[in-house]
Amino acid sequence: MSLKEHVRVVADPPPVVLPDPAPVVIEDVPRSPRSFATIDLIEYGISAAVGCIASLLLCLVLDWRHPLTFVLWAGVAMFVVEWLLVRDRTSSIQATDRVITALVWLAASIAIGVLGWMVTYVVIKGAKGLNWEFFSTDLSKVGPLNPGGGSFHAIIGTLEQTAIATAVAVPLGILTAVYLHEIRGRFSPVVRFVSDALSGLPSIVAGLLVYTLWVSTGHGFSGIAASMAYIIVMLPIITRTAEEILRTINPGLRESALALGSPHWRVVLTVVLPTARAGLVTAAILGVARVVGETAPALLTTLGSASTNFNPLHGQQADLPLFVYKLIGLPNKVQVERAWTGALVLVSMVLFLFTLARFISNRGTRRLGGKR
Amino acid sequence: MSGAPTTLGVASHGSDSEQQPRRLKPAVPLADRIFHGVAGAAAGMSLLIIGTTAFFLAWNARDALAKTGIWSFLTGSVWNASVGRFGVGGLLVGTVLIAFVALLVAVPLGVGLALFVNEYATPKFRRPLTSAVDLLAALPSLIFGMWGLFALQGPLVGFSQFFADHLSAIPLFRAEHGDGLSRSGFIGGVVVGLMILPIVTSVTRDVMSQCPREQCEGALALGGSRWGMIRSVLLPFSRSGVVGAVLLGFGRALGETIAVTILVALTFNANTRVLTTGGGSIAELIATKFGEARDIEVSALVAAGLALFIVTLFVNLAARSIVRRSRSAQ
Repeated sequence: MSLKEHVRVVADPPPVVLPDPAPVVIEDVPRSPRSFATIDLIEYGISAAVGCIASLLLCLVLDWRHPLTFVLWAGVAMFVVEWLLVRDRTSSIQATDRVITALVWLAASIAIGVLGWMVTYVVIKGAKGLNWEFFSTDLSKVGPLNPGGGSFHAIIGTLEQTAIATAVAVPLGILTAVYLHEIRGRFSPVVRFVSDALSGLPSIVAGLLVYTLWVSTGHGFSGIAASMAYIIVMLPIITRTAEEILRTINPGLRESALALGSPHWRVVLTVVLPTARAGLVTAAILGVARVVGETAPALLTTLGSASTNFNPLHGQQADLPLFVYKLIGLPNKVQVERAWTGALVLVSMVLFLFTLARFISNRGTRRLGGKR
Repeated sequence: MSGAPTTLGVASHGSDSEQQPRRLKPAVPLADRIFHGVAGAAAGMSLLIIGTTAFFLAWNARDALAKTGIWSFLTGSVWNASVGRFGVGGLLVGTVLIAFVALLVAVPLGVGLALFVNEYATPKFRRPLTSAVDLLAALPSLIFGMWGLFALQGPLVGFSQFFADHLSAIPLFRAEHGDGLSRSGFIGGVVVGLMILPIVTSVTRDVMSQCPREQCEGALALGGSRWGMIRSVLLPFSRSGVVGAVLLGFGRALGETIAVTILVALTFNANTRVLTTGGGSIAELIATKFGEARDIEVSALVAAGLALFIVTLFVNLAARSIVRRSRSAQ
């Protein structure tokens, strides 16, 4: 190293680069133990192969023909081999851990697989009948065996019944949540208890109640009767979700507003509820998504029809779940295809509402500082 | 403050009785009182709904119950509207069997899924997975039923055959040769199990996430395997919560209507051989018979609904109180 170099370095010091003040990220969950090293994968492979062979032999020897028998015994054999292999390499504690890991993965993939299978199945079955006619005509002028016709009457019915139910249940649910969390009145424990009881009420009992209370007392089957049953189904969902949302609001906000001297009602209406708006919209949408597909109460309250009835206050009215339910049980192929298309429309509605709810709640939490 | 001559505490030095703090009477403005009243009235609606349900169902059920008697209604297995004899004993057995099969499916899957989301999945996948579980809960019962009938029934009959072949020592799984295996309580139960999977998962997950993280990490830091940590820390901590989640799922399974109606062939006699055709639940009875029912039969259906209401009410409230207690006792 020469002197010249030293001088140059002294004369021209490199610019001091301060390290970025990177935020210290503390993961709330630390890195979990690894379970997919190469050796582990090799072990999985070996045990799968051995399991299949063992099961094949078993099936051949005992003459079991059903393919499912093979699969199930192969699974059992695979886990046994896996356990023995890992125990040989490490310890029985590790071996058990490994087998449980595989089982947990299996459970998760079954659940997600079921969801995927169901949605794809409905899409594939229903996509065939999807055309403009399906949305613009009803079934009143179509013979039972002829193709054509659609679900216009059912879509109208669903929209009207759900809209009425939402218009009543959302304010009612939010007010109940306000009572439970903001007012904390004398009866809050009772109301919470009853709300719990309502949330487990089978929807068909809600339909039965509306039938005995309204339909059988001379008012007859109508769309609004279905709305009443939907309100009973929706109310506990909205109440519960809204209460959870109100609980997440920073109490300092509320207290400072009260300390400034605002009356309670203004604090709730102008501070608490606007802050919680995104969450409350989510609660409402989740309630709607639940109710859109309810069949059992509609069966007892509006009874369905084949022609379009715009008036929800009077006369039988169809709705989408009822439309699908009635057609799926029929022996003839055209009707069943119609039912699948209706099911596709129903699932799309639920998916749309669900995505909308997620979207709104995500945006809302981001504005509130991303914390929930 | 010092300027105003206050009487607070000054006048009260002598006597004991006046040593108590002065009772303040909060002046609630009229607008607030109206506001509280409105919110209270809204909250009262839930009470009203439960009350009217209990009362009107009981009121409308009285005809049928008076005619058959409560005991024979709950134990008999006959449904004959023309004679006016009704009994839901067989269907009660069927209801519990279907719910039981549903639990056999939903509890392992649900607890496994909850463990997966909380402990095994990387944080990046946690939110999508939770969304997927919630979406499963949002899909209508009707869709589950249709999918179960058209897509799942074939493979499930294979399972039934497997159980009948290998586990026929257990009376529950017995099936003779030539017995139909379609539209059985088993198939209905599996589909209902998939329907209650989300609620079991989300409640279990909720309870498990309350477990103090330091304890879990302590177990791992001591050299325990992940399963060791789960077994010695997580599961003991969340045991009562899981029991509550299971009960909650049981309550849902009891009241499940449309999927069971589509999937299970209704029979009134108790069919305890769960793999064979036939069975059914009370909710299915109501949904199936309602369309053609007249007079006394409607009353009998309402009585069946009342029985369902009472059972689900108790199961659900027990479950909720267990979950609440396990949440607050951390």
